[in-house]
Amino acid sequence: MSHSQLTEGIVPGRLDPEGYCTNFADVAPPLGVQEARIAADRCYFCHDAPCMEACPTSIDVPLFIRQISTGTPEAAARTILEQNILGGMCARVCPTETLCEGACVRMDSEGEPVEIGALQRFATDTLMAKQDHPFSRASRTGKSVAVVGAGPAGLAAAHRLAMLGHEVTIYDAHAKPGGLNEYGIASYKAPGGFAQAEVAWLMQIGGITTVENWQLGREGDGDLADLLADHDAVFLGMGLSGVNALRLEGENKDGILPATDFIAELRQASDLAELPIGRDVVVIGGGMTAVDAAVQSKLLGALNVSLVYRRSRGEMPASLHEQEHALTHGVTIIENAAPVAIHGNGAVREVEFAYTRTGADGLEMTDQTFRLAADQVFKAIGQTLGDTPAKVEIAGGKIKVDGAGRTTADRVWAGGDCTHAGEDLTVTAVAQGRDAAQDIHHVLMEG
Amino acid sequence: MADLRSEFIGIKSPNPFWLASAPPTDKEYNVRRAFEAGWGGVVWKTLGSEGPPVVNVNGPRYGAIYGADRRLLGLNNIELITDRPLEVNLREIKSVKRDYPDRALIVSLMVPCDEESWKAILKRVEDTEADGVELNFGCPHGMAERGMGSAVGQVPEYIEMVTRWVKQHSRMPCIVKLTPNISDIRGPARAAKAGGADAVSLINTINSITSVDLDDFAPEPTIDGKGTHGGYCGPAVKPIALNMVAEIARDAETAGLPISGIGGVTTWRDAAEFMTLGAGNVQVCTAAMTYGFKVVQEMISGLSEYMDRKGFTNTSELVGRAVPNVTDWQYLNLNYVTKAEIVQDDCIKCGRCFAACEDTSHQAITMSDDRTFTVKDEECVACNLCVEVCPVDCIEMKQMAKGSVDPRTGETVGDYANWTTHPNNPSATAAE
Repeated sequence: MSHSQLTEGIVPGRLDPEGYCTNFADVAPPLGVQEARIAADRCYFCHDAPCMEACPTSIDVPLFIRQISTGTPEAAARTILEQNILGGMCARVCPTETLCEGACVRMDSEGEPVEIGALQRFATDTLMAKQDHPFSRASRTGKSVAVVGAGPAGLAAAHRLAMLGHEVTIYDAHAKPGGLNEYGIASYKAPGGFAQAEVAWLMQIGGITTVENWQLGREGDGDLADLLADHDAVFLGMGLSGVNALRLEGENKDGILPATDFIAELRQASDLAELPIGRDVVVIGGGMTAVDAAVQSKLLGALNVSLVYRRSRGEMPASLHEQEHALTHGVTIIENAAPVAIHGNGAVREVEFAYTRTGADGLEMTDQTFRLAADQVFKAIGQTLGDTPAKVEIAGGKIKVDGAGRTTADRVWAGGDCTHAGEDLTVTAVAQGRDAAQDIHHVLMEG
Repeated sequence: MADLRSEFIGIKSPNPFWLASAPPTDKEYNVRRAFEAGWGGVVWKTLGSEGPPVVNVNGPRYGAIYGADRRLLGLNNIELITDRPLEVNLREIKSVKRDYPDRALIVSLMVPCDEESWKAILKRVEDTEADGVELNFGCPHGMAERGMGSAVGQVPEYIEMVTRWVKQHSRMPCIVKLTPNISDIRGPARAAKAGGADAVSLINTINSITSVDLDDFAPEPTIDGKGTHGGYCGPAVKPIALNMVAEIARDAETAGLPISGIGGVTTWRDAAEFMTLGAGNVQVCTAAMTYGFKVVQEMISGLSEYMDRKGFTNTSELVGRAVPNVTDWQYLNLNYVTKAEIVQDDCIKCGRCFAACEDTSHQAITMSDDRTFTVKDEECVACNLCVEVCPVDCIEMKQMAKGSVDPRTGETVGDYANWTTHPNNPSATAAE
């Protein structure tokens, strides 16, 4: 049985085999040595550089670029990784256009920043290709720390703690470490199993034990009290496990699922040709998850993909760069529209939207509606915190932390998307994990 | 388009851009290509005496230093004079000159320091009907060890002696090419003039080691693990050449001696600068070796446009125009007071001016939290470093009006006054 883009329903194999290879290749191929040299030559080595200020992990960008330009990419990588142990992944997934590259002074003079992200990848790839781990552990402290979640925050915390001489155990609910790096980001941003390779490289520091398929609070696994009994400190970096509901009649019809589930399934698929996708796909939401789901639907061969956001394009959490990426791949972006009804008998057939406008009390629905044909609907309207230990105070739906990452519970720190300080960015999670580790170290060694 | 026709010591060429004696002018094939590309003249690569030609190394002859994007800024070579038989070169010179009568064709010469050797070769060159000769007293490598090239150019008495022989035994115009590897360029220039030279050309290359191989611990270019000093040229040497040209142009003893300017000429602008400092024409090598002969087209169009803009109708109007403004430090106006001013609209907030001033100069630039950079007039000594390091050229030096008070010194800006009359100058006091 062969399918095409025109086949109705949710079916696999809409493309020929080469189509999948082409569509899911590296979205931003790495710089060659010559390209890197030319790109590096464009850096002005600014004083107190704005790019460095704009980086949540404060990577010394001018220094690492100068190190590339003088033929020492491994030294450049060390400069990056000292601040951001997941500098390799961040080079691939950071929205650099809103961070370092957005702050590059060349934006002022010519509108084209130094390619900081691509250069960071060049440096870190060069080092990691040698399987060289430039850090070593301090003398053992005899302290033990539990890290919940093997995502960016947890990995960053674990590496820093291990480097400082502590014993670390990472507990993760999934079968593989990496968190959103492994399950959440678009496949073409980090192809070739990079997320696992990076974790393996990171683990070379030593002193880190991992426990998979372990969920905090789940019967048979363990709770916070258990962790605190076994360890001197606990870092919570479990991210967001729930998803917001549309709160519409018919939301449980077949074909409607969280965008995060779709992306995770895609990331773990051994053969993309076996992954079914709808002919008419509707993605509801306006963040990076929405864009990743929409673009990958298109790349899997969906004929029509619409991304519908309740506010204007200018207000979309996805950057302009991400939006343009979606548009370039044939995704239709519909702004100022919110879902009001789901139609279909058993399985979804259409989603009905109402146009919105901004009124005195915020966003309000208008009477004008339209319907989009849909055999698959991906919800990407935000994620929520799963169950958390009672001792840990929640603020605004997330774990409350202070500047050092301390929660309201004694000996418990947190970082990343599960905290109110999280920004749904890998790089921010890394910074918070790293900084919490430093604070944990400080507290453990004083006490 | 301005008329670029040039006449230099009686030798006519359609433009003042000549190719210098160097690898690009070593044989007929190259020289014909150069003339087809539009070069006004060529100084044929240096000929030696009759007999077995010199040999070159069979490993790398060049080393280089680079700017951003591997732009070649300086080139070093250890190549010797022509390694082709004398008769082949002479035959080719004659053939090319016959086919390009409107172009200047000069023959560079380097033979042992005895009268007979010079007499012999001059006769051979005259037979080619070339327009003149250039005496290579400059090459700093290889030939100098054999008592030629810069070994002659570093001894003014030798320069004068050989130049006199050349003028005695030939009616051809004679240009003496000078080496910069000397403490005061005026000595060799004066000697050339005393010997009867029609002109001098400068600079030849500068003794140099461009780089070291950090794995083999050997200078580059490296020949079987060893390296030697070579001759440095290209854009990097232009400032040294400009000064030497100006020194000769403004020296009372050599003033008016025609000069062919050489050293890092890469664009029309470089050529114009050499000419304003007294060069009647320019010779080019590295730019052609880096980009090919076509670069002359930009030099021609650029110089023409500049001359049109300035209302010059002949290149001679440009020659020496800046010489009266080259002076000694002691005559500079100490009451010329300027202050740096950052054009905020053009500033891209890179902060390089701040780092330069704060770390290495006078702490005269402030940086605000929002990265606005402002000059403190009370600290600014007008050194110009901020201007030089600014990547977008958004800093200007503004002159303070006469009668205003310099906030740095508290002194009123007065009339022209220089060091010779300054109270801190012990000599000035003594003269009173």
